[in-house]
Amino acid sequence: MAGKDPSEKLCDGCGEPGAVVHLTQVVNNETSTSHLCEKCAAEKGVQTSIPVSPSNLPLADFLATMGGEDSPVSGGPDPDLSCPFCGLSTKDFREAGRLGCPQCYPTFEEYLRGLLRRIHGGTNHVGKVYLPPDPTVSDREKKLAALRRKLSRAVEAEDFERAADLRDEIRTLEPAS
Amino acid sequence: MDELYSIPDFGLGWLDASGPSSEIVLSTRVRLARNLQGHAFGPRARINDREAVLSQVRGVTEKSHRLAGATLWELSSVASRTRRILLERRLVSEDLMGGEKGDPHRAAAVLLSARDPLSVMVNEEDHLRLQSLLSGLRLRDAWTLVDSLDEELGANLPLAYHHEFGFLTSCPTNVGTGLRASVLMHLPGLVLTKEIGQVLKGLNQVGITFRGLYGEGSEVVGNFFQVSNQTTLGKSEEDLVDHLDQIVRQVIQYEEQARQVLLKEAAGVTEDKVWRAYGLLRYARSLSFEEMINLLSGVRLGSSLKLLPNLRVYTLNKIMIYSQPAHLEQAAGRELPPPECDAHRASFVRRILSKEGVVTSDEESNPEGQ
Repeated sequence: MAGKDPSEKLCDGCGEPGAVVHLTQVVNNETSTSHLCEKCAAEKGVQTSIPVSPSNLPLADFLATMGGEDSPVSGGPDPDLSCPFCGLSTKDFREAGRLGCPQCYPTFEEYLRGLLRRIHGGTNHVGKVYLPPDPTVSDREKKLAALRRKLSRAVEAEDFERAADLRDEIRTLEPAS
Repeated sequence: MDELYSIPDFGLGWLDASGPSSEIVLSTRVRLARNLQGHAFGPRARINDREAVLSQVRGVTEKSHRLAGATLWELSSVASRTRRILLERRLVSEDLMGGEKGDPHRAAAVLLSARDPLSVMVNEEDHLRLQSLLSGLRLRDAWTLVDSLDEELGANLPLAYHHEFGFLTSCPTNVGTGLRASVLMHLPGLVLTKEIGQVLKGLNQVGITFRGLYGEGSEVVGNFFQVSNQTTLGKSEEDLVDHLDQIVRQVIQYEEQARQVLLKEAAGVTEDKVWRAYGLLRYARSLSFEEMINLLSGVRLGSSLKLLPNLRVYTLNKIMIYSQPAHLEQAAGRELPPPECDAHRASFVRRILSKEGVVTSDEESNPEGQ
């Protein structure tokens, strides 16, 4: 088995620093480990990479097309809070990193807003709108708006079968005029 | 274990490598996390919660159009080897199985559609995990499939939804859309040219993350990477899916370039590596899974570079799935302790390659001076 390790040891082959391949061999039930640099490892038939000139891969272009973002964090949740439905306490949440039930979200809402901003970069869901079995007028409007967004994307992507389905769905939700 | 035959295409439709870019992208998966109102999430759910969730899902499934004729298995009543086979086919998660050595929790179940590559895990970390699994790079298709199932289930189940945060999940990293789209990529070119580190760093900067073959926490073996969206809130499902699609296409392009660089600058070494891998797979008498997957990576590279002509991606995909321990035990009809398992694996690989993967070395086509 060969494994790579960033900590540099002396190479057992040439004695130079830079042993990055640790080769464990089992011969006649005896285990021996040798630490090798990439060059000596390759000579022993353990190849972890093949040298090529970096200029042939325009990786910089690849990275240039990628940007990053990060947001600041707010303080921790109130230590005395606990969920009235499932009993999850601040401490439980901190330990498990999991919420206990849907009710935990309004319970820890303020803290979660900061956490979600840190994880996702924002707190507002802009995807599918769930329409509960007994929707209010505003539920219905939100759902319709989301469906219309989807419809325009389907048309853009020339996915007409999907667009037709979405149109049907919109029609069934629209208030009769 | 006849029960496996009741899964349509045995959950292995994606092996056929029929999807776009399937030499580099083995499969596409989109999953949605959903929870029901009024019950604690998976880790804190009591038996009553779990049973109530399963019974509601069962009721809705019976009325569902998409899930007509679907198979619903409660894992505790499925034989342990079959459960491991489902895990090896990535139709259930280790969590649903109750951990590595554990027994599945009561009411942990999996629903397998009879007509689409769709499945639903019930009582996992979230009450529902809807997923679709397709061959090659087909993110939009996988999303559309899973979306239609979600619409149907959502119309009949009271889902946990928050006006600001969206769909509520056990882990705050899934909240909002609850969507995780991932593609399983084979990137030997980027690994061998050592560009992979930079690519992975770049992915991270744009909200894309990677894992090993078996998902969260698993090691990267055989140059297989699962690439997926990191965030689930603040973007629409279509945006998340399209963004991943766009990035994956860039990675494919870089992988193809890296392969060409290998061919141009290190043709001899590359060819040797590929043929050695093929030779070992074709003739070895004992193969650990890890060794096999690494060799398979070399052979897969050789096949796509046409160094090993006539070797189909389908054959290689099949080897990858059927050489896992539970699959080998299934074929042997008994348990296989590790040394025996390795021997069975080697024999299975030899058999498949001698049937479907005979490659003759064409010395004439080898350019001089490599």
